[in-house]
Amino acid sequence: MNRRLKERIIFNLLRGCAIIVVLMLVVILGYVVVNGAGMLSIDLFTQDPAPNRHGAMVNGGILSPIVGTIMLMMLVLIIAIPIGVLGSIFLVEYWGDSKLSRIWWLVINNLAGVPSIVWGLLGVALLVYYLNFGLSLIAAGITLSLLVLPIIMVSTKEAVEAVPSSIYEASVALGATKFQTIIHHILPYSASGILTGTILSLSRAAGETAPLLLTGVAVNASIPDGLFSKFQALPYYIYLMTQTSDRSAAIPMAYAAALVLILIIVGMNLVAIILRNNYRKKYRW
Amino acid sequence: MAFKKKKSKLSVDALRENGARALLFACAFVSLITLGLVFIFLLGNAIPFFQANDLWAFLTGKVWSPFSDYPLYGVLPLLMGTILVSLVAAIIAIPIGIGCTVYLSEIADPKVKRILKPVIEVLAGVPSVVYGLFAALVLSNWIFDIFHPVARLNALNGALILSVMMIPILVSVAEEAMNSVPGSLREASLALGATKWETIRMVVIPASLPGIVAAVVLSVGRAVGETMAVIMATGSATQFTISILDSVRPITAALAIDVPESVAGSMQYYSLFAVGLLLFVITFSINLLADFVLARYKEAYN
Repeated sequence: MNRRLKERIIFNLLRGCAIIVVLMLVVILGYVVVNGAGMLSIDLFTQDPAPNRHGAMVNGGILSPIVGTIMLMMLVLIIAIPIGVLGSIFLVEYWGDSKLSRIWWLVINNLAGVPSIVWGLLGVALLVYYLNFGLSLIAAGITLSLLVLPIIMVSTKEAVEAVPSSIYEASVALGATKFQTIIHHILPYSASGILTGTILSLSRAAGETAPLLLTGVAVNASIPDGLFSKFQALPYYIYLMTQTSDRSAAIPMAYAAALVLILIIVGMNLVAIILRNNYRKKYRW
Repeated sequence: MAFKKKKSKLSVDALRENGARALLFACAFVSLITLGLVFIFLLGNAIPFFQANDLWAFLTGKVWSPFSDYPLYGVLPLLMGTILVSLVAAIIAIPIGIGCTVYLSEIADPKVKRILKPVIEVLAGVPSVVYGLFAALVLSNWIFDIFHPVARLNALNGALILSVMMIPILVSVAEEAMNSVPGSLREASLALGATKWETIRMVVIPASLPGIVAAVVLSVGRAVGETMAVIMATGSATQFTISILDSVRPITAALAIDVPESVAGSMQYYSLFAVGLLLFVITFSINLLADFVLARYKEAYN
């Protein structure tokens, strides 16, 4: 066959693959947006889920799932991000390229790929039963924190390592201490990368469901009144709606909750992308 | 006087330096320790199961019914469910993913690239429960209309939605590998009279092959570990089957469904940790394999 013709056929096949990928996104998001948008109302955001006369939680709104998801994100923000970012900086700046740190990074890299349900098992064994937290918001929050910790650490490492070593050397040569150099130079220059990574890890935490099933979401929980109460969360509510027998009432609620969850997550992703692009323009080397 | 002042400033500096170092070390230490706990607690809760049950019977048993009066802990139906769903997903996702990567990295003009890359990032960001929702409510109907399966939610449904979920990780890792192939290699090939496709097939793909392999391995690891979409799509019947139109319960789904049902400290509870340990070993080996392939490849380029 003519080489040029063959090339054109193959290129069109490859283009077809790319089109399929775009179509996948358009179709899936399309279903959620079209079916969810009609359900958006004030009530949806101001009322807790309520049972209908068959006991299925298909009435009311999704206030407590939204609040639960936000509380989980706050817990991850408080617990995982400081530990992950500072710990990662320590490993990079103080332990550097030592054998020990290389082994730890190998472990951390691999933990980033551990299935979320395995983290859920750890949450049950360690937090719910061993430390006696019971099925609770705090158990779920810490479990999600452990889940995103490797992701935060890896992205912080990449951001910190992207700062040229000449900057570090110049600062130390002028008499700054190691910590001063970290605070005044390394951190500001890598802030966008760190921030991007942490925002993405928060959005990851917002969408996780499996660990919550094991650590404390409950069908009829309303807004939690403390760290040790059971709670609701958006992804769990979506799952619940697909399992309910009262399908005609449950399916529209599932789409509505999915739309809200996607808006939260895609919104955070957009913020991360914008931050990354802005900082890229600011610092160039 | 001046000397004294200088000295005190120095010691404040030193104090702050040491304090900061200690704080950072504490954070690193906490993160390392907590990450180590996953090994200890998985293993610790799986040991009582293996003390009371035969490892061989666990790995080869064809019945999984931990909650019946005469409980049987054969993991094969769960393992088979995972293998069936991930294998079919991989067969669908790998050609589409690699094709999309080649197009994105070698052929697409910058304008198309600017659209395609965010699309893939958004696909990666969509939570698995939303994929599960789509599979349970929409995809299952399409499959029903075409194949008329006995089980409305089945392995094929799970595999199709998993293939969609595998593509973003596959494309992003493979694209990185293709991007790191030096442009000079392409130019040399084109200058010798090769067409663009010949250059891609005989220069770019071979040069980035380890990266592509790692991308495939990583995405399969994701598929094996995926939980929510799989529960919602596959119907969760614990049967040993090799038909993709049957309902199955992959390992992850069994954990998510059965752990909340089990009583802490019971044999059922321990058996689930044994299953969890198996899943952990499988996914960790897959990740290590990908790491190993990538490390070799980076060595070759440096």
